[in-house]
Amino acid sequence: MATTNGVRAVHTTDHTDETTPATHKGWRVVDIVVAAVLGVAIGLIFWGWNYVGGSLFATLDAATPGIGGLVVGVWLLGGVLGGLIIRKPGAAILVEVIAAIVSALIGNQWGWTTVISGLFQGLGAELIFLALLYRRFTLPVALAAGAAAGVGAWFNEFLLFGNRAKSAAFNSIYLGCLIVSGALLAGLVGWLLTKALAGTGALNRFASGRTSDDLV
Amino acid sequence: MTSAHVGLAPSQSPPTRLLDRLNPLTRVAIGLVMLVPLVITIDWLSAAIVLLGELLGVLLLGVKLPQLLRRLLPIFLVAPIGALSMALYGKPGGRVHLDWGVIVVSDQSLALAGAVLVRVFALALPAIALMGSLDPTDLADALAQILKLPARFVLGTLAGVRMVGLFVDDWRALGQARRARGLGDQGRLRRWASMAFGLLVQALRRGTSLATSMEARGFGGNQRTWARSSRLTGADAIAMLVTLLLAAGAVMAAIVFDTLWITG
Amino acid sequence: MITAESWGWRHAGRKAWAVRNLDLTIDPGERVLLLGASGSGKSTRLPALAGVLGSADEGESTGTMLVKGKHPTRQKGLVALVQQDPEAAVVLHRVGDDVAFGLENLQVPPDQIWPRVSESLEAVGLDVALNRPTSALSGGQKQRLALAGAIAMHAEVLLLDEPTANLDPEGIDEVRGAVGRLVADRRTTLIVVEHRVQVWADLVDRVVVLARDGGLLADGPPLEVFHRHRDALLEAGVWVPGAPLPVDGDGFVPRDHPTAPDSADFADPVARNHHERLLTTADLTIGRHAQHPVQRHLDLTIPAATSTVVTGPNGVGKSTLALTLAGLLEPLSGEVIAAPAIRPPAARRSLMRRVSPPHPITWRSRDLLTRIGTVFQQPEHQFVAATVADEIAVGLRALGTPTAEVTARTDELLEVLHLTRLARANPFTLSGGEKRRLSVGTVLATQPAVILLDEPTFGQDRNTWAELVRLVRASVDEGRAVVSVTHDQAYLSVLAQHRIALTGGPDRHDDEATTPGRAGAPR
Ligand SMILES: Nc1ncnc2c1ncn2[C@@H]1O[C@H](COP(=O)(O)OP(=O)(O)OP(=O)(O)O)[C@@H](O)[C@H]1O
Ligand SMILES: Nc1ncnc2c1ncn2[C@@H]1O[C@H](COP(=O)(O)OP(=O)(O)OP(=O)(O)O)[C@@H](O)[C@H]1O
Ligand SMILES: [Mg+2]
Ligand SMILES: [Mg+2]
Repeated sequence: MATTNGVRAVHTTDHTDETTPATHKGWRVVDIVVAAVLGVAIGLIFWGWNYVGGSLFATLDAATPGIGGLVVGVWLLGGVLGGLIIRKPGAAILVEVIAAIVSALIGNQWGWTTVISGLFQGLGAELIFLALLYRRFTLPVALAAGAAAGVGAWFNEFLLFGNRAKSAAFNSIYLGCLIVSGALLAGLVGWLLTKALAGTGALNRFASGRTSDDLV
Repeated sequence: MTSAHVGLAPSQSPPTRLLDRLNPLTRVAIGLVMLVPLVITIDWLSAAIVLLGELLGVLLLGVKLPQLLRRLLPIFLVAPIGALSMALYGKPGGRVHLDWGVIVVSDQSLALAGAVLVRVFALALPAIALMGSLDPTDLADALAQILKLPARFVLGTLAGVRMVGLFVDDWRALGQARRARGLGDQGRLRRWASMAFGLLVQALRRGTSLATSMEARGFGGNQRTWARSSRLTGADAIAMLVTLLLAAGAVMAAIVFDTLWITG
Repeated sequence: MITAESWGWRHAGRKAWAVRNLDLTIDPGERVLLLGASGSGKSTRLPALAGVLGSADEGESTGTMLVKGKHPTRQKGLVALVQQDPEAAVVLHRVGDDVAFGLENLQVPPDQIWPRVSESLEAVGLDVALNRPTSALSGGQKQRLALAGAIAMHAEVLLLDEPTANLDPEGIDEVRGAVGRLVADRRTTLIVVEHRVQVWADLVDRVVVLARDGGLLADGPPLEVFHRHRDALLEAGVWVPGAPLPVDGDGFVPRDHPTAPDSADFADPVARNHHERLLTTADLTIGRHAQHPVQRHLDLTIPAATSTVVTGPNGVGKSTLALTLAGLLEPLSGEVIAAPAIRPPAARRSLMRRVSPPHPITWRSRDLLTRIGTVFQQPEHQFVAATVADEIAVGLRALGTPTAEVTARTDELLEVLHLTRLARANPFTLSGGEKRRLSVGTVLATQPAVILLDEPTFGQDRNTWAELVRLVRASVDEGRAVVSVTHDQAYLSVLAQHRIALTGGPDRHDDEATTPGRAGAPR
């Protein structure tokens, strides 16, 4: 084969039966591309929410301590959705981080730190999927992943963004709000969205896209 | 397709601005280095030094001021938010101006609020100014060739991101289709929501068939050659050096003038 | 080179096998034309050969299919594939990078890449700058780009799925020429799928016809196959060269340009005659962006009870014209005027905008349904439902049609369009030809007075083509105006009663010095 297309033939030295399909462990190309598409789409949602959620956050924050955390859930959607749809190790982190990069690039008040936040938030969700060995993707799992993403967000802001300079009362109320918001706005919404997407057939190359065993 | 092209990688446009001579990776790195003083301190002095330095730097690199201000506009709208929260809930210190239970406005919380305000701009500026005009293909080349990130992931992501460039056209086509099919009379909000969902579905479908096309062109492994080589040059070194100096200077200034306030 | 032994594939979620019991051997250097009815599994087979059909998650396979003795998934790069939908084949943002993509993956040394890129672009006649954004290419140009990407790989096997479906006659010649030059040295094995046999009949040395229920219907040298199996092939819907068209041309003679004035008293479409002008344009300039008008000063008429065809080279603005006439795209200047008979009541106002009855662009979406129906060039753009049956029913439901009637009308259309067995399938999982028929069905369902069809027959076998032509004729006989944008010569020969020929190159947009595009009636 090397002769016609000038290809340096790369032969791996596996001695498996060459007439069987090549097996791929881990990420397929379609997983990567779809993760990117999801990430960018969610990044656009973030961008919209940076204004809507951002001003809600401000209003709540001015009136109450830490209750602003209730609107944060939308920014946690990427991790939950990535994990639920792609079902591969690292998917939650990848999707949330791509979304954060898009949000930062379009221009927001947090600049590159958005990406760090994305990392923490994605990691939160990821840990839940990891704990279940990427085998279960039910509603409770989604809720837990959303809540965990909220905890990730809390740690991030506590460690790196000056919340350590805020009072303990603020921080504990804030944590509670993040968990509730994450579970609902990211967990529940993410789960519903996954179901809706599966219904359209757009996920038919994914296990998450099989809605039923009903053949047509 | 004449001989003029042979052997040459196509470049987008000859670099007219200094900025376009920098490797995309350098542009990202500058933004990241600038984070360091902003994250380890929350004082107004270091933030102000970083902001001024950044502003000067990007103008020198050839970014136009009006353009920059336009893109920073949203930040002017949201920056006061963070500051307000800090003024109300920042750890109290010094003279107390207002004490309503959890809300305590004090000298220290006001100083922190001022720092937060400057900080927001210092944070947002590099991402907006340096990355705005960046070509994703060039960034992907740099990530894979210089940072040696796995090519599968870098290019798979790049291809997925490209789908989004089609969103504007897709949105229009989707609107036309819904109108043609008798679904265009819904209220604006409902139509918007259902079109946004439709757009996502369409992007996922495209992504799926795109993955197939990529594999049909031999994509899949991490070993490949690169038609466009991505290199770091002297310009990148100089830019990085200046950035490091600026970051270090900001921290030093904060220490020297004793405004340093390391978090925690 | 390629051997298949009782190979089969069933897509996940489907009851029926897309391909079954396939036994086939193809030798190196052979040139094969793969034929079969729409939906017979041609487009399933090619990705399988290229090793990109997908894993067990995506379907089930039986038997074996080997390329050079190995499973296709272990032979990537040996086989180059151009998929049916050129839109899906574009990977990168710039034309040059996109062609180079395959070469990089094959680890071609960088200094050889750019010469090979230029060479392949030249071979397919795509003469644009290397840094031209791929999104700015017209449908026909994208098809050439996809082919260039495959050619550049210098693969041993070249698989083409309907490579000329969207091209104008000139483009077909160019693509065929490019492929012909590529395989001239007999080192490349070629497998091409195309309904229009004529284009490739001289180039290939073997014709393989897939049977609907799996297996092969015929296999052999073109002349022999077409001669010996003629009747069986015609029955299966293959376009056998030299066979007469499956519909007769009687009663569909070209008509005179209508001259009679508009008449307002034909409320019932059946009563319309071809002297009534349902749509007229006045000094119309069209384009997708104000800076890029594609056609200027168009004064056209769309007569009732007549089949109008729109022809012209790729990128000339045919689809743009269709969208503008359909009330979906705002004219850049001038106007599209609807005849009084089809205007919606003026009293109805929507909240957002004022309805101006003579101008379709201002109508409400629901008013369009029974007045002007549009089939888009890309069928996917038009799908809004989750099943084939729902897709047809959407418009009827929007009109508030009683459920029983919706079901009856839907079933009837599915039957005529050969889609009954796919009624519950997702529209997006259909084969290329099936999607096309479904999109035509969605418009016919609501029986609009004016029907605009953008390339209604691409990807159709001879039988489904005949059904479509019959449907169009029936609509015309009922008094509707049918406007078809088409490159299909056979379609033109039986349906060109009134002809609008657009001229002018695609790249003369904002160039005031050259003559703007003109429309005329050559007959
Ligand atoms: N992704 C998919 N999921 C489920 N079914 C599919 C999918 N793709 C194709 N099919 C079904 O498999 C059958 C064969 O489709 P295929 O696209 O191979 O036909 P084809 O011979 O290329 O037809 P055409 O000439 O119309 O393009 C069809 O019934 C189609 O509906
Ligand atoms: N979505 C779009 N955005 C901008 N320009 C476009 C778009 N679609 C088409 N064009 C440009 O408008 C011109 C007319 O395009 P149009 O699709 O109407 O051509 P066409 O005659 O239908 O061609 P084809 O036979 O290839 O379908 C082309 O030059 C094309 O490049
Ligand atoms: Mg096909
Ligand atoms: Mg067109």
